[in-house]
Amino acid sequence: MRFSLLAGALALAFLVSPAASAHEIKAGALVIHHPWTRATPKGAQVAGGYTLIENKGDSPERLMGATFAAATAVELHVMEMKDGVMTMRPAVGGIEIPAHGSIEFRPGGLHMMFTGLKSQLKEDDEIDGTLVFEKAGTVAVDFEVQSMGSQTPVEGHDHDKTN
Amino acid sequence: MTRPTEPEKTPSVTRIARFAPYAVGVVLAGMLGLSGYLIWAAVGPQGVGLSGAVTGRQIGPGIGGDFTLVNQDGKTVTQDDFRGKALAIFFGYTHCPDACPTTLSDMTDRLKALGPDGDKFNVLFVSIDPERDTPALLKTYLESFDPRISAATGSQAQVEDAMKKFRVYARKVGEGDAYTYDHSTAVYLMNARGELVSLIEYQARQDEAVEKMRRTLAS
Repeated sequence: MRFSLLAGALALAFLVSPAASAHEIKAGALVIHHPWTRATPKGAQVAGGYTLIENKGDSPERLMGATFAAATAVELHVMEMKDGVMTMRPAVGGIEIPAHGSIEFRPGGLHMMFTGLKSQLKEDDEIDGTLVFEKAGTVAVDFEVQSMGSQTPVEGHDHDKTN
Repeated sequence: MTRPTEPEKTPSVTRIARFAPYAVGVVLAGMLGLSGYLIWAAVGPQGVGLSGAVTGRQIGPGIGGDFTLVNQDGKTVTQDDFRGKALAIFFGYTHCPDACPTTLSDMTDRLKALGPDGDKFNVLFVSIDPERDTPALLKTYLESFDPRISAATGSQAQVEDAMKKFRVYARKVGEGDAYTYDHSTAVYLMNARGELVSLIEYQARQDEAVEKMRRTLAS
């Protein structure tokens, strides 16, 4: 019992300790955490892109758009569920990331919609893209492809190989 | 309304006595409310009548009914093709970035979790987007999921008729080729006689969803 508690504590310590090889991209005051997308069904034309963007700066930043190598276009979308109905609208004028704040793109919420997919996205693939900010400009990122039904970011099979 | 001023330092017994019935009443009402909530929590979300997932209004009997659609092989199908087995039916479209592939992926996992009982279900994904979702595209799309899942679309009129029968909400948003839909995301669980037994709401827990599917088989 005591041993398992200790093991649990150790595991937790590893979980919360900043992983040396975390999938994140820094650009000035911005930290872009684990850009990811999901495997798509065969024939699918669209996919969602997700990430968490942290703004450590003193002034707000704005995500204006994005690109994704396997898609012809990317739209920023606001999505919400109301009474079992999913609604989706383009985020006009980009998405603000407040000073000392963060914004999360996730399934069922704010997301990037990749349209005109050129190929089927397969789990564990990594796809190049960019995020375009009002002040920080264009930042190169890579999107990790998670499983089709994933609802939450799972950081790194490839990046986080523990020692 | 002004707040009553501080009561005298020694509240009289009569005053307490005067308020006691109210206090008891408040406590009783609270208990009633709590038990009501507990009953709702235990029964409501399971019960068809209180689910309210589709339009936000109560879902009564009479959901479902006759429909005529065209399946992924281009063959006309009606409700009769799905009787004799339970039916899990839901509505979406392939240009949907989130809810539709997620639901299909979840249904694939649920069928697996059901084991041999999975064979007692028909699962039907109805496209509300006949303009872009041809039977051929649906057939390709299905290859990524459990082979027991089929898909259907139809003429605009056929699709709208089916949506009406299942009280599915869908609204086209945007123009040109890049349009999307606001749409209902629940999976309807019908028993072998075509009666609605339960709904699986979007992002329901897998174990709860599988339990609902088992109940559908038992009903």
